[in-house]
Amino acid sequence: MKLTNRSRKTDKSPMTIAERLYLPAIASGLGTTIKHFFQKKPTIQYPEQKREFSPVFRGLHVLKRDEQGRERCTACGLCAVACPAEAITMIAGEREPGQEHLYREEKYAEVYEINMLRCIFCGLCEEACPKAAIFLQPDKIAPAFYERDEVIFGKDRLVEKMDDRASVGIEKYTGVKS
Amino acid sequence: MADKIFYFLTFLSLISAMLVIFSRNPVHSVLYLILTFFCLSGHYILLNAQFLAAVNIIVYAGAIMVLFLFVIMFLNLREDTEPRKGMAAKLAAVVSGGLLLLIMVAALRTADMSTLNNPASFDSQIGLVENLGRVLFTDFLLPFELASVLFLVAMVGAVMLGKREAGERNF
Amino acid sequence: MELSVFIVKSIIILAVFGVSLLIATYSTWAERKIAAFLQDRPGPNRAGIFGLLQPIADAGKMFFKEDFIPRQANKWLFIAGPSLAMLTACMTSAVVPFGDTVLVNGAEVTVQGIDINIGILYVFGVVSLGVYGVMIGGWASNNKFSLLGAIRAASQNISYELAMGLSIIAILMMSGSLSLRTIVEQQHGMNWNIFFQPVGFIIFLTCAFAECNRTPFDLPECETELIGGYHTEYSSMKLGFYLFAEYINMFVSSAVIAVLYFGGYNYPGMDWVRESLIGGLGLNWGHNLATLVGTMVFFGKIFFFIFFFMWVRWTLPRFRYDQLMNLGWKGLIPLAILNVVLTGAGLLAGTRLLSWVLILGVVLVATIQAGTARKRTVAAGRLSKV
Repeated sequence: MKLTNRSRKTDKSPMTIAERLYLPAIASGLGTTIKHFFQKKPTIQYPEQKREFSPVFRGLHVLKRDEQGRERCTACGLCAVACPAEAITMIAGEREPGQEHLYREEKYAEVYEINMLRCIFCGLCEEACPKAAIFLQPDKIAPAFYERDEVIFGKDRLVEKMDDRASVGIEKYTGVKS
Repeated sequence: MADKIFYFLTFLSLISAMLVIFSRNPVHSVLYLILTFFCLSGHYILLNAQFLAAVNIIVYAGAIMVLFLFVIMFLNLREDTEPRKGMAAKLAAVVSGGLLLLIMVAALRTADMSTLNNPASFDSQIGLVENLGRVLFTDFLLPFELASVLFLVAMVGAVMLGKREAGERNF
Repeated sequence: MELSVFIVKSIIILAVFGVSLLIATYSTWAERKIAAFLQDRPGPNRAGIFGLLQPIADAGKMFFKEDFIPRQANKWLFIAGPSLAMLTACMTSAVVPFGDTVLVNGAEVTVQGIDINIGILYVFGVVSLGVYGVMIGGWASNNKFSLLGAIRAASQNISYELAMGLSIIAILMMSGSLSLRTIVEQQHGMNWNIFFQPVGFIIFLTCAFAECNRTPFDLPECETELIGGYHTEYSSMKLGFYLFAEYINMFVSSAVIAVLYFGGYNYPGMDWVRESLIGGLGLNWGHNLATLVGTMVFFGKIFFFIFFFMWVRWTLPRFRYDQLMNLGWKGLIPLAILNVVLTGAGLLAGTRLLSWVLILGVVLVATIQAGTARKRTVAAGRLSKV
């Protein structure tokens, strides 16, 4: 019975003298390898030369700000609920008068932490977010860490910097920048 | 110069030959025996027999002693497991050793050394392959062929001993 | 001996020694580079341009690693093992003729460590001693895997030495001399031995692979069965010596192959080159330059064979141990004896080409058999369809 199309029948007939001599087979093998000797090498010299990311690559998270620089996150907790690895925790806080330029909504995340050891970069938080606040950047890899206490990323490392805006945002869904 | 080298080599070969007998560790014995062979090769070179020197190294030091080493390395010899040799064995060893000495003395006693020390009859080509081969295949043809038959017999015997018989399972 | 001759000779000996070490060093680089190229990779390219400083970095690493001697090991023999391996590897290049002669003050100095009339036997003697480095090291480690690896290596080397020696005998019958220089000089004018001894060359090449413990005969080292083989317990530069000795051996066996079968420093048109150089530059400079060209050609041949060693290594899988022994004892030794007999018959009949009969016969039998075998499978296919 044939299970796959890739199965091949092995030839178990006794070897001919030419096959038992090995030398013709060795010569053809040498021919194969020398052909590869002159072929173009597909290696990418990493630090100088970087491979293009896939457009759907899911890298390091970013907590977006809107165009006026206010944090979009309203600490609804949907991302934490959606997270299959339970990597996200947050503590919500109320916006005080005078902080309108900092937070877009009346409720905001005082603490927002992602445990990078738990995160599996599935992107469900991004899909769950009703405010288009969290995104997995398609062009940034989560950095490696050397110590245990470095693995929990707080707001200091997640919130988008105004002078270094992330390449992804709400326009991913609307097509319009807002 | 040649004198000094001769004495040095003789000293070295005697010392290493003694060490073959006296060292406790059989692997050390084998290594000293190899050193002895090297000294003997040195003597051959002094006697202008380069071919014999090279063959001595290749055959004795390079092949036979490796096989010795093989066997001895696998034996796992320790001093405490070494069996005590009986009086009869010691006596037999002394007798056979003495006989060998007797034969060598008898052979060398009447040897004619006059041609060796005579510069007039000195032939620098005497030890080369060509002369050796000519001598082996003319004057010493019978011993040479007998020796080769002996080797053949030994080889057949070894193959016979090593061959697995039908139905036999060793491992 | 004149002083200037003595100085030139010393320089030549030192140069031979240094060059063999240098080539062995850069063989490690070449090995990695060639392996990479054959596998569609660029290979080491970070240390220096094209990674050329890589061997130096490797050596530095080796030196600064912990030098470890197991407590139960036999200390002196443990040290003697790698030293012997290195010593025997370095000794062989003394008799290899790297070039023709150099004219110094009217005296001719050969570009060779020393020309002895038993040159090829010397090479064999030293090669057969190379086994001791491996065996002593393996035994002194007091480790069962080391011992087994050493035994494997030694029995492999001894087995293939026989076939190697027999394949050389055919050459010696044609040249009538054991001196490597004479053998090279007789191949002057494209009388290369490869044209008269193709079978002997194949046997010698195979045995050279086995003697150097190179793939497809690299059985002494085997991770799954023997961990590291005879150098399991070795670290630091002692291990480095073992690995380095392998590369020196590879260089030397390439040189010996080039000398025995590919005419050494001879190349087509060398007489013309020599005469035109002498015509242009005078006897002294012309002759020496012609010698230099010959030496370059010789090194070109050596480099090709080193490349071939590596090329084969990264092409073929290794043999199983019983296959290795069968090939050596039942395949190569009888073939070598047959070759000797045929060559002797040919020399009696006055032709040096009789060895080709063996190749032609095998090719003929193989093609005929392949033809009939194809017919058989076709017939069998037809039967199964019915």
